[in-house]
Amino acid sequence: MSAPTTNAIEAHGLVKRFGDKTALHGVDLAVPTGTVTAVLGPNGAGKTTAVRILTTLSAPDAGTATVAGFDVLTQAVEVRRNLGLAAQDATVDALLTGRENLIMIGELHHLGRKDARKRADQLLEEFSLTEAGGRLAGQYSGGMRRRLDLAATLVARPPVLFLDEPTTGLDPRARAELWDVLDGLVDRGTTLLLTTQYLEEAERLANDIVVIDHGRVIANGDSRELKRKVGGDQLRLVVRDEDQLDHAAAILQRGAGAEPQIDRQSRTATVPTSSGVAALAAVSVALADAGIDVDDLGMRQPTLDEVFLTLTGKPATDEPATGPNATPEEITR
Amino acid sequence: MSAAPAPDLHVGRSSQPIHDTWVIAKRGLLHMRRQPEALTDATIQPIMFVLLFAYVFGGAIVIDGGAGDYKEFLMGGIFAQTLTFGVFGAAMALAADRKNGAVDRFRSLPIAKGAVLGGLAVANLIKGLLPIILMSLTGLVVGWRTHSSALEVAGAYGLMILFTFAMIWVGVLLGSKLPSPEAVQGVAFVAIFPLTFIASTFVPTESLPGVLQTFAEWNPVSSLATALRDLFGNSTEASYAGAPWPVTHAIEYTLIWNVLIIGVCAPLAVRIYQRSIAT
Repeated sequence: MSAPTTNAIEAHGLVKRFGDKTALHGVDLAVPTGTVTAVLGPNGAGKTTAVRILTTLSAPDAGTATVAGFDVLTQAVEVRRNLGLAAQDATVDALLTGRENLIMIGELHHLGRKDARKRADQLLEEFSLTEAGGRLAGQYSGGMRRRLDLAATLVARPPVLFLDEPTTGLDPRARAELWDVLDGLVDRGTTLLLTTQYLEEAERLANDIVVIDHGRVIANGDSRELKRKVGGDQLRLVVRDEDQLDHAAAILQRGAGAEPQIDRQSRTATVPTSSGVAALAAVSVALADAGIDVDDLGMRQPTLDEVFLTLTGKPATDEPATGPNATPEEITR
Repeated sequence: MSAAPAPDLHVGRSSQPIHDTWVIAKRGLLHMRRQPEALTDATIQPIMFVLLFAYVFGGAIVIDGGAGDYKEFLMGGIFAQTLTFGVFGAAMALAADRKNGAVDRFRSLPIAKGAVLGGLAVANLIKGLLPIILMSLTGLVVGWRTHSSALEVAGAYGLMILFTFAMIWVGVLLGSKLPSPEAVQGVAFVAIFPLTFIASTFVPTESLPGVLQTFAEWNPVSSLATALRDLFGNSTEASYAGAPWPVTHAIEYTLIWNVLIIGVCAPLAVRIYQRSIAT
């Protein structure tokens, strides 16, 4: 076990029960200081429960955890001084203006009235909310509300940030904007733990990905390791005419060097590939030469459901909000 | 790399319970100001009740053996009823904050223990002054007068503020226990509404039949109404033969209730609140 000071977040054997339902079955986590870890899992996997324990909102039935070196059970106040939490549904105060929200949080961090105001204006600026700062947060769009929520967690410049599904419910543009903001924070050395249902998001933001299912960690590693486990990029082809599917699949097999999975109903063939764009180019030329009508051809990543299928041998128990078969393209649409 | 905690926080380290409580109280007051429709129970409703009862029922209800007319009798009762309804405001605010995640956000901040409930209580106490002032003014307009010393009148207002404070803790207890503002409304309507009517609020308890009369005589809403009438010099109630101790000593009886409610409800509410968020 490493010294607690090298990991900004550390958890050992966290167990949490609600009645006879066990939400966490002994979860271990280690997030090195200054890095980003994504906890990936479907609804009901235990992500939020883990975050609530690490942020002192809930006490574990067994196990220990430290944040910034402080014990979440015995040193809760020190832990709270060092963390920022953006809960799953943005908990901004709808009846306060954006600016008032931030000032209140600043005052509760004991910044002093003047500094709290200064910090609020600074954050509004940083999150492109200066103009909206005087409007009630209840009138904000989903993306603005998330940005305000995130700004609120940053008021006291916490070294450790917890974001529980920060982009759920956001449109693609708002999501991309939020990702950029998070990049900036990470550049400044903030340690980040975020939960997500999207492999794409975990891969985009995180150094390490922890896959969690039914309250257990079922895989753990950087995205390259994880992708190696689940097969990495795929080429996916949809033909217009089902009669041409077998012919097309054969071309796909030659280009990618592996046997494709065929789904006749959706006229789709999918094959894992390690050579990416080169394989895509070769296949598209070959398809054109063979005169096959193609509806769609592209590279994609495995969905969360496929990750779970590979790791557990069964689909994710609770379907992600966008449905089990949603491709990343569909998710971000 | 050694990552000792928080290098660049210019965050105060000391615990500041009064400051934290006031920040949360300010938020509560802003909420009230921005939801005028939620303030009607403290503004329009008491004014309306004074006017309705004074002019609609005032002619029909005759108070036996009383010195003043019905308007004088009425005021103590309306004060008592409206202050009892103060339970709703605190309960609804807390239930809403628990439901929408505000309580979680506060708890993830390094604020003083008790600041969330303390702030709620302070905001509701300030809000509670509003109906007291508005009803007094409306009462004066319709012809209510006090016939006692300035000290007794001050005592009456002190008793009202104490009662308001007690009701806030009943509200906090409800708000910690019930899952949503809607549930609060349901429970409060069934439990509290009748409590304010089976009392000497609008009619003398002697006029009530058997069991209801006994209930009304020992009902703290009655005793507050009677205590206020005594202190304002509007009393008609204490005089009847065979009146039990709560009626003849309404001020003492009301004080005991207030101390009991605060002494029991406040610690219990804090405990239940803490348990309700510890999952």
